[in-house]
Amino acid sequence: MSGEPKVGVVIVSHSIKVAEGTADMVRQMVGDALPLAAVGGNPEGGLGTHVELIHAALQRAWSEAGVVVLVDLGGAETNSEMAIERMPATQRDRIVICNAPIVEGAIMAATESSGGSPLEVVRHAAEELMAGR
Amino acid sequence: MRQEAALLREARDSAELTNAVGLHARPSVKLTQLAKGFGARIEVSTSADGPWTDAKSLVKIMRIKAVQGETLFVRAHGADAVMAVNAVTDLIRRNFGED
Repeated sequence: MSGEPKVGVVIVSHSIKVAEGTADMVRQMVGDALPLAAVGGNPEGGLGTHVELIHAALQRAWSEAGVVVLVDLGGAETNSEMAIERMPATQRDRIVICNAPIVEGAIMAATESSGGSPLEVVRHAAEELMAGR
Repeated sequence: MRQEAALLREARDSAELTNAVGLHARPSVKLTQLAKGFGARIEVSTSADGPWTDAKSLVKIMRIKAVQGETLFVRAHGADAVMAVNAVTDLIRRNFGED
């Protein structure tokens, strides 16, 4: 990995298995050229999403190029929004939640990021999935 | 000198999809990643007359759903068009580095 920073990808699912499985697909299909973090479940190991855990994932995948977040169902989005609010003000505006299916969106975003595309292009690649159907 | 450069700005070629799965998810990612490395506009089609698809868009490439045995036509416009077309057809001929 060299050159300009790549847009980070954060995967937020109610299930850690879904999140980690999605991250596995990204690593295997796209590679390791971008910051990637997967998070899911509650601190007790059950299903759910948790603001603190998502916040930690955002920090792990933070990139100066920005971060896109892929979420599954309702609570994942609202908790991701709250986690983004906890990031420093200078970083918040470079973290966006994509309106895209979690697995496919993560692959599309990661592929776009690995090619060095800027944040808005990476986000668009993930959201294009829904737009063109 | 200028004219020569202009002549090199367009290239096209084709290659048969010989890998078992055709243009599925993983080959599509490889094609897109490779295409993004070039400045040229690169497009592919399953027909010599198009419709042409932007090779740098994974979403669009995966929608082609080309299968084994189909021919992929590749065309490029830009300073590195020749290199781009060569690299893409080479990837296809190498079965995308798979099977």
